[in-house]
Amino acid sequence: MTDITADHPAAAPAEPAREVIYRHRLVVRITHWINVLAISLLLMSGLQIFNAHPHLYVGQYGADADKPWLELTATGTEANPRGVTRIGGLQFDTTGVLGVSKRADGAVSIRGFPRWATLPSDRNLAVGRRWHFFLAWILVINGLAYVAWGLVSGHFRKDLAPTGEDIKPRNVWRSIIDHARLKHPAGEEAKRYNILQKFAYLAMIVVVLPGVVLTGMTMSPGIDAALPWLVDLFGGRPTARSIHFVCANLIVLFVIVHVVEVFLAGVVNEMRSMITGRYVVPQEHAR
Amino acid sequence: MSGLVFSRRGLIGAASAGLGGLALSGCDRLTQAPSVDHFVRGAQGLSLSAQRLLLAGQPLAREFAAKDISPVFKANGSTMPNDDAYLASMDGNFADWKLQIDGLVAAPRAFSLADLKALPSRTQITRHDCVEGWSAIGGWTGVQLHRLLSMVQVLPKARFVVFHCADDLDDSLDGSGQYYESIDLFDAFHPQTILAYAMNGSPLTVAHGAPLRLRVERQLGYKQAKYVMRVELVERFDHFKGGQGGYWEDRGYEWYGGI
Repeated sequence: MTDITADHPAAAPAEPAREVIYRHRLVVRITHWINVLAISLLLMSGLQIFNAHPHLYVGQYGADADKPWLELTATGTEANPRGVTRIGGLQFDTTGVLGVSKRADGAVSIRGFPRWATLPSDRNLAVGRRWHFFLAWILVINGLAYVAWGLVSGHFRKDLAPTGEDIKPRNVWRSIIDHARLKHPAGEEAKRYNILQKFAYLAMIVVVLPGVVLTGMTMSPGIDAALPWLVDLFGGRPTARSIHFVCANLIVLFVIVHVVEVFLAGVVNEMRSMITGRYVVPQEHAR
Repeated sequence: MSGLVFSRRGLIGAASAGLGGLALSGCDRLTQAPSVDHFVRGAQGLSLSAQRLLLAGQPLAREFAAKDISPVFKANGSTMPNDDAYLASMDGNFADWKLQIDGLVAAPRAFSLADLKALPSRTQITRHDCVEGWSAIGGWTGVQLHRLLSMVQVLPKARFVVFHCADDLDDSLDGSGQYYESIDLFDAFHPQTILAYAMNGSPLTVAHGAPLRLRVERQLGYKQAKYVMRVELVERFDHFKGGQGGYWEDRGYEWYGGI
């Protein structure tokens, strides 16, 4: 064990000393991982709740007799049902995943989202709700702690607010091209967020997450009596429920892109930086 | 010794894969663990306290105009009780039907439908939110519950109002499936908490709870008990059926249906 690097080409003697920076502070790391857990389970329990009435409407009311803009439903015969997803005038056969999927015992069942996507797996609205509201408290408390810290510590101002340089069209365009080519910044540029990252994070922090929380609150008839302007802001409870669902989808989209980027940028280095805070700055020539 | 690098990489990979697998199979075990469930239920108290703080001024639920009423108001749960006494009363157009109000009251009393209709009424067009996620707007006319409660003189010990209903959702033989609901005095004395005998200007239909149903507007649909036969004032409700204060509550739903 005298020479660990001997047969490791990346650590040849000519290599410059690798630069390690402290990238993510403790509050960011803690709130990030609480979010991972809370949002995963919120999504799954949310799909359980959605399955109780897998139809979305716009307006002040919306039930079986009213026209949904989105629904997961079933057609065909009882013995051979087909899962159907309808969005506006479009219709897709989604048998096996949406509308119709298998039960634990392998039998076909009519349900919105499949059992692997919901919490709990089997149909149980009461337990789904119980978990959803518990986790909503965690998400909100965690989010408020993060925002308070972000403002006080200067995290938002220093790390997330786009600079004048950032928002120059040339720079935005270059960042888009870099992302499209799956090229990741190195050296000094790797020490800060690029403009697309800033846009994505700020969109989540300022729009999507507050949006999902506020629309979620308007699902409550108690909140609607106490804060009637809130449900009005979203155009009625059925509309708010639709926006809640769209926000949840945007969160899923964000997470997919986020995780793909983590893998492209180097999963070990990125994961370490979000666990210990330490991040090895990629060298210029490694690109 | 590139193995060092690979093993670390492998470790994180395995950990993520393991975590994923654990999450899938473990979620159900997690939701079924009694201690975890108890902890998760703790948030219900938090939600109730937070809402009571926001509702301290007893604001009214939004009331809509007649043009906003849903073309079709979905009748959910029981739509035809199978209770013999109820059916007999229904055949007689509820002429012999009486609402009994008793329990922790100084002057228990029975009201006929005519008695209730003779009292001052309140009409409200409100949004009904089912726990499943759908909403319907309907108009309700009835007697404010607080009016009836003051007539029977609620004793200081009373904390909850229990509504005993004629319908049995499980068609049980032992009455274990008989519908019931409960609210506390905070909601019972709210001006929009009414016992409704009319819907959208017509007498309440059987599908919607004739002859009398509860409207407690700041809570979900399952709190809006239909076919109310008896109103009982109690100090606690843990001796009724499942002990959770209502048919759906006994089946896992929150007692406070404001969320």
